[in-house]
Amino acid sequence: MSAAGEKVVAAAPAQAAEFEAVPVGRRCRRILSMDEEAMNQAIHTDFGLDPMTFLPDMDVLDNGMFDRVLDTVEAYDPDAVTAADVRRVLDADVVEPADFGVLVAPAAAPFLEEMAERARAERVRWFGTNIQFFTPLYLANYCENRCVYCGFNCESGIHRARLNEEQTIAELDAIAATGQEEILLLTGEDPVTSDVDYIARACELAAERFKNVGIEVYPANVADYARLREAGADFVTVFQETYDPSRYAKLHVCGRKRIMPYRFEAQERALKGGMRGVAFAPLLGLSEFRHDALACALHAYYVSRAYPHAEISFSCPRLRPAAGAVTPNGPHVTEAQLLQVICAYRIFMPFAGITVSSRESARFRDHVATITATKVSAGVSTGIGEHTHQAEEGDDQFEIDDSRTLAQMCQAMRNMGLEPVMNDHVLV
Amino acid sequence: MADIKAQTSADAALAADTWTLGGKEFSSRFILGSGKFRLDVVKAAVEDAGAQIVTLAVRRANTNQEDSILDSIPEGVTLLPNTSGARTAEEAVRIARLARELGCGDFVKVEVIRDARYLLPDNAETVRATDMLASEGFTVLPYMYPDLNVARDLVSAGAAAVMPLGAPIGSNRGLVTRDFIRILIEEIDLPVIVDAGIGRPSQACEAMEMGAAAVMANTAVATAGNIPLMARAFGDAVRAGRAGFLAGPGRVLDGMGEASSPLTGFLEEEAR
Repeated sequence: MSAAGEKVVAAAPAQAAEFEAVPVGRRCRRILSMDEEAMNQAIHTDFGLDPMTFLPDMDVLDNGMFDRVLDTVEAYDPDAVTAADVRRVLDADVVEPADFGVLVAPAAAPFLEEMAERARAERVRWFGTNIQFFTPLYLANYCENRCVYCGFNCESGIHRARLNEEQTIAELDAIAATGQEEILLLTGEDPVTSDVDYIARACELAAERFKNVGIEVYPANVADYARLREAGADFVTVFQETYDPSRYAKLHVCGRKRIMPYRFEAQERALKGGMRGVAFAPLLGLSEFRHDALACALHAYYVSRAYPHAEISFSCPRLRPAAGAVTPNGPHVTEAQLLQVICAYRIFMPFAGITVSSRESARFRDHVATITATKVSAGVSTGIGEHTHQAEEGDDQFEIDDSRTLAQMCQAMRNMGLEPVMNDHVLV
Repeated sequence: MADIKAQTSADAALAADTWTLGGKEFSSRFILGSGKFRLDVVKAAVEDAGAQIVTLAVRRANTNQEDSILDSIPEGVTLLPNTSGARTAEEAVRIARLARELGCGDFVKVEVIRDARYLLPDNAETVRATDMLASEGFTVLPYMYPDLNVARDLVSAGAAAVMPLGAPIGSNRGLVTRDFIRILIEEIDLPVIVDAGIGRPSQACEAMEMGAAAVMANTAVATAGNIPLMARAFGDAVRAGRAGFLAGPGRVLDGMGEASSPLTGFLEEEAR
């Protein structure tokens, strides 16, 4: 392919404009230049962006990882996996990347108890009985994206809010008073309303009150991650949502999030920006969950190979109903299937952290914690300003199931024979 | 009478067998890690193992939690904070200083790890960290991959002991690096403490019999079915191995038995 000269339509048909682009790997491209007005118009127009084309202001790594993961997933046929394949993989000491798909196939379902036993043994070997706690703090719910399944999407009629500095401090203090030492700062994905300066200031305020600050915000460039690292954050979570390109394009209608490979490379950019670790997740249920679990496992694996110092973690969300959102017609993921995926992550990458969302029930989370999860949230609110019941509360991103307080969660974990750990980290 | 004398002499040999680190004298040669324990069993494990030194991760002690790990370690035990989480020498130094601020004393086990999968130590950074920390007055025990040249560099950098790994941390695979640890024991004048990978009491015993100054274990005890009993088994195994080393083991032959003088026996014929 030539280095330049390819034309990409980067705006809706009505305002179609063509921009010169260069290839990035086999699936993607990058527009070389675009004036700001045209870019904004394309970003805010439904289906106005080509999902496989980086915008000119986006960092591009172009290291082949995106193609490598998608090639494997496209060739994956879960129904071709046999019980003998599962037996072979479970009998091996190390699960090869090519074998992860075996563990999440339907043929592995009857082996779930054995998988859980192995997952528990690995967890004990690597993490003992420790279980870490954190809580999310939603700073803002403004969002430029239109993800049809999400309560924050820009077209939903929810009440929008963004905490100012005083409100942020009040929320942080209220959470810190409960005994939490790790916090995850979240925003909706709007780089204008919640710009990097705003998030960096929140990180500074959080770092003064918490020993461990993570962020789950819109994917950013390396320099922005370096800035946030400097401000006190050192762990980055980005949900890829789905690794299925056609489904991704249908579900993410507008906003920068529509650009799938830019999101895919977020963890690597975060590590290049100096972050200690990164978390990965598909939102299971948006597409074929077995394919998405395989893609996520490979994504995390290849990143761990390229950045061997990085702490790697999996989050394990299933689709939940949300106000103002549409539930897509993806297959419902059962608890047993979710557990199968979680155990497969543990068996494949035994050293990785695994976080189980408060979207799940207390019963499910307690049991998964004893089997293999290493981190759980407690005292969760997904709305804006809810920890201090401030007047300007914004609506929730999604509905949670497990609303236990930190004290209740600690007691539950002790009852299950686990050791609650508020902090296992020194920021250096 | 002879038996009683021998017994007395064995007791005396064991009683006199102490070792020193950072000016402190220890009689126990089993070091217990605390990272994977439930807090309510740490104390029992320390006591059952007879451990006098317990390691703890500074990152784990760096908490406001009421039931901190620091509160679970019995009084009189020497804390050996480790720098786990450090990826560079500079980070290890900062964590060691924090340990001092937290009241953990001047002992520090240097761990510099840039590999999340096998948790193998970065020897070059470990030497640098040892140099910096020793110059700040710490008693430095570096966790290292058993390489003789690196061990010599650690001696020059001011280490108080060297802590070669037997196998990757938490693997319970035993003395996988046996031959290289043996070289360190022969060549390095500092205490050689076998750290990481020891999965069973028999492996700890073997390390001590080889001449290691001490053995450290964490996962093997923390993940046992009966933790206090396994702690005791490790304590006993370390004592037995040490006694075996002190006693001077007889030769061990490879393969068959041996005639007393297979090659030179013919010389006796002339005498007859």
